[in-house]
Amino acid sequence: MSSTPTAEQKPSSSDQATTERTEDINNAVIRLAGNSQKGIQTIGGLLAKLAGRSAQEVMTYMTIPSTISGGASIFQVRIGSGEVLTPGDEADFLVAFYQDSYENHINNLREGGVCLYDNDHVEPDLTDKRFIFVGVPMTSTTIEAIGGSARDRGKNIFVLGLITNLFDLQRDKLVHIIETQFKNKHESVLRNAMLAFDAGYAYQLGDIFNRSYEFEPGKAQSDGRITTDGNTALTYGLLAAGVRYGAGYPITPWSSIMEQLRSELPKYGGIFVQSEDELAAVSTAIGFAYSGHLAITGSSGPGLSLKMEAMGYASMAELPLIVINVQRGGPSTGLPTSVEQSDLMQAIYGSHGDTPRVVIAPKDVEDCYYIAIEAGRIAREFSTPVVVLTDQALSSRIEAFPEPDVSGVISPELDLEPRGEDFKPYPFDAETKHAPPGTRMTGNKYPVVTGLEHDEWGHPTSSPEIHQKMTDRRREKHKRMAASLPLPEIHGEKEGEILLIGWGSTWGPIREAVNVARESGHAVSAIHLRHIHPMPDGIDGIMDAFKRVLVIEMNDEGMYGYGQLATLLRARYADDKIKSLTKCDGLNFQIRQIIAGIENSSD
Amino acid sequence: MSTAAPAEPEKLTKKSLLSDHPTWCPACGDFAVLAAFFKVLEKLQIPHEKICTLAGIGCASRFPYFVNSHGLHFIHGRVLPLAMGVSLSRPDVHVFAFGGDGDGFSIGGNHLEHCARKNPNLTYVIMDNFVYGLTKKQTSPTSPIGFQSKTDPGGAIDRPVNPMKKLVSSGASFIARTHAAQVKHMMEMFERAIKHPGFSVVEVLSECVIFYKGAFDNANPRKGGEFELIEEKSWDNSPEDDERHDVTNEADAYAIADIQYPGKFGVFYQNERPSKNTLEQQLIDASQEKTAGADARELLKNRFALMK
Ligand SMILES: Cc1ncc(C[n+]2csc(CCOP(=O)(O)OP(=O)(O)O)c2C)c(N)n1
Ligand code: SF4
Ligand SMILES: [Mg+2]
Repeated sequence: MSSTPTAEQKPSSSDQATTERTEDINNAVIRLAGNSQKGIQTIGGLLAKLAGRSAQEVMTYMTIPSTISGGASIFQVRIGSGEVLTPGDEADFLVAFYQDSYENHINNLREGGVCLYDNDHVEPDLTDKRFIFVGVPMTSTTIEAIGGSARDRGKNIFVLGLITNLFDLQRDKLVHIIETQFKNKHESVLRNAMLAFDAGYAYQLGDIFNRSYEFEPGKAQSDGRITTDGNTALTYGLLAAGVRYGAGYPITPWSSIMEQLRSELPKYGGIFVQSEDELAAVSTAIGFAYSGHLAITGSSGPGLSLKMEAMGYASMAELPLIVINVQRGGPSTGLPTSVEQSDLMQAIYGSHGDTPRVVIAPKDVEDCYYIAIEAGRIAREFSTPVVVLTDQALSSRIEAFPEPDVSGVISPELDLEPRGEDFKPYPFDAETKHAPPGTRMTGNKYPVVTGLEHDEWGHPTSSPEIHQKMTDRRREKHKRMAASLPLPEIHGEKEGEILLIGWGSTWGPIREAVNVARESGHAVSAIHLRHIHPMPDGIDGIMDAFKRVLVIEMNDEGMYGYGQLATLLRARYADDKIKSLTKCDGLNFQIRQIIAGIENSSD
Repeated sequence: MSTAAPAEPEKLTKKSLLSDHPTWCPACGDFAVLAAFFKVLEKLQIPHEKICTLAGIGCASRFPYFVNSHGLHFIHGRVLPLAMGVSLSRPDVHVFAFGGDGDGFSIGGNHLEHCARKNPNLTYVIMDNFVYGLTKKQTSPTSPIGFQSKTDPGGAIDRPVNPMKKLVSSGASFIARTHAAQVKHMMEMFERAIKHPGFSVVEVLSECVIFYKGAFDNANPRKGGEFELIEEKSWDNSPEDDERHDVTNEADAYAIADIQYPGKFGVFYQNERPSKNTLEQQLIDASQEKTAGADARELLKNRFALMK
């Protein structure tokens, strides 16, 4: 795997010579394990930012403890000179701050990997010859450096200094990033951070570990890249899409989107309402939409369920609305801080009645930004609710990507153009375009938007004929939308043995698995569905060129042996060669799990 | 925002406001509520296109279909959060929300609580008939103990909600109670509610002649009852004025609400405090002052710069 340094680069205990050796590497996975989520996040975030600025690719992965404050937490950073698609199956370096960090994570270190531990707290099993152990008195050295007690934060910055030296990272750039990060804090905070950082940077590993690393120059552009997490990217995508109004209720991992919107929207002249519950939130968002704005609401699994009745209303009344769902492990409170893709069916079908629902999903952090813009386009053009299915992994992981071009960002305008006597909100021959309140109706007939079945003018009716015709109309508009969608790109050859199909955050692992499998001679390709419902036409044409199709998703195989997207694809194409690879352990797919799935699918 | 209006707006009349003929049962109390609403609008001459009537689900909630204005017939119990969205994002529009007792005090009870404390600028009229009308006679949250319904054939056993007490405790800034058979009083309450900046609520006892006939007779002089008004202070320093109700006094409002049924009618409470509309606008102004009025593109670019 590309994360594994080649044989001659492998540090091994036997060649710990006295002369310092620098190894060129193109890829490193560093796992930080400790008890302070905040502290670990700080150094992980700083490292990611540095990589983003240094033409390296970067991806992070973080677990959030389910306890309220603190608790065991990890932050994994993968930095690479080439394409980085996953946070890495195994770590090359483990930084263990406490005994339990060491015990819980040592088996995630690859053989030959380096365990850097705080020997003030950790007593590793030094007879374990699989790994190289490097003990550093992190706690006491930090206390020495900044005086007083070494809180977790200080130790983390100390380790950051250590890592900076070990990997020959660009110290000046990093110091600048730290300074910016602590800009608004009390000056003593920055001073202590720098003392800890310098102590770590100057710490001589010499006697115990005579080795340092240097990354090969990165291939990514170093200028104009931004480094951020998925929820933040999505937030700014919404703002770029022209969203100015929204409402929500807190729930992990959705909350950080609403928190950011609450402070950002007023700058744009907008409003975000923290509602009393999700039913109120979606209702307020529908109020915004009816008023003529592009509005959003959002939540995670259980909260999405609460919004369903009103989402059915938005489908029936044909109001534009963006609904964000940051998926987490379910059902019920489930695994609130773990990743899962089990809300697909809920997103598509989770309401009463026949309500065709648009569901789209971002593939990585960068795409969180663009998916919001796409959601806005569809909602406006087709006057319909659009669900964006992102997930816990994307919400918090950090990636670097080119700064989005904002020249195309349009400021939303309220359309209060007077409407004539012939105004029909639900015409059979055109898309719905409502007349928001404040619009003069020159024929003096004012429209009432309703959830009852209605005719073209919006008048309630229970005519069997009209219910059928209007049901057709709502369905057909989604088919028109589907027909306008681009076919997904094929990663790999256009024909071969096996086609992998994924959606959402499995994009990276699937792509990397394809690369690995192709290198070892398998004729594997992959497509990724960004528009899941409706899906673009013509996927059958792509599948035809492969002997087998394997749909990969993080949800359960269900009663009949197929994951949620696999079930949809089988329903649409009635093709028995569509198989399913699913898992439900709250963790991202590892490359080797996908490779194993490919190998097993042949029998 | 708005484009050139084609012709001189017409004067607002009952005729121009009348939409389809209401489908309520003949003699339903809700007809009188509609008539009073038309008259007040006519008096206030609100620009026709700026009137917006919203409702949840129920007999009372069919209101928007019977008013020729911009309107939306929503889902059961959620009209207030919907109306908040309209009010906050469209300060140019006059927002009216209508509904029944089930819609407002039961399924929407929590929304009423929070809308009241948040105080958005809108008027909410609850047509309280002490029963579920549309679904044909189940116990409602205001049905008195002993009321025989399809869900309580032996008589209701659960203590009913006291709407005025609920509203006072949740912090609504204008709270009034009236009776559908008292058209003039109803109009006065509506007018004052509409003119109140912030969240104004009027509970109208509106008889369901099919499922709870005679429910409000004992507050109707024509049926031998007594329609007792709250006397408000006129602040004239007269000795009589001491006895009158100070509408800004929460504790007194609460005490009046405790008077045994049919109780009193009029304004229980009124106090001006900044509406949510005002507070949100202050937030916008303060934020935009800090960013020196930067437009969306600049704001995004500045933010991206911090992510580098
Ligand atoms: C979610 C939901 N639950 C239940 C109903 C059924 N329902 C419609 S109206 C209503 C009660 C109406 O009572 P009220 O609000 O007092 O209005 P009224 O008909 O008496 O004017 C009920 C239970 C519904 N439409 N939606
Ligand atoms: S059922 Fe009752 S509330 Fe409903 S319309 Fe008839 S009289 Fe009015
Ligand atoms: Mg009722």
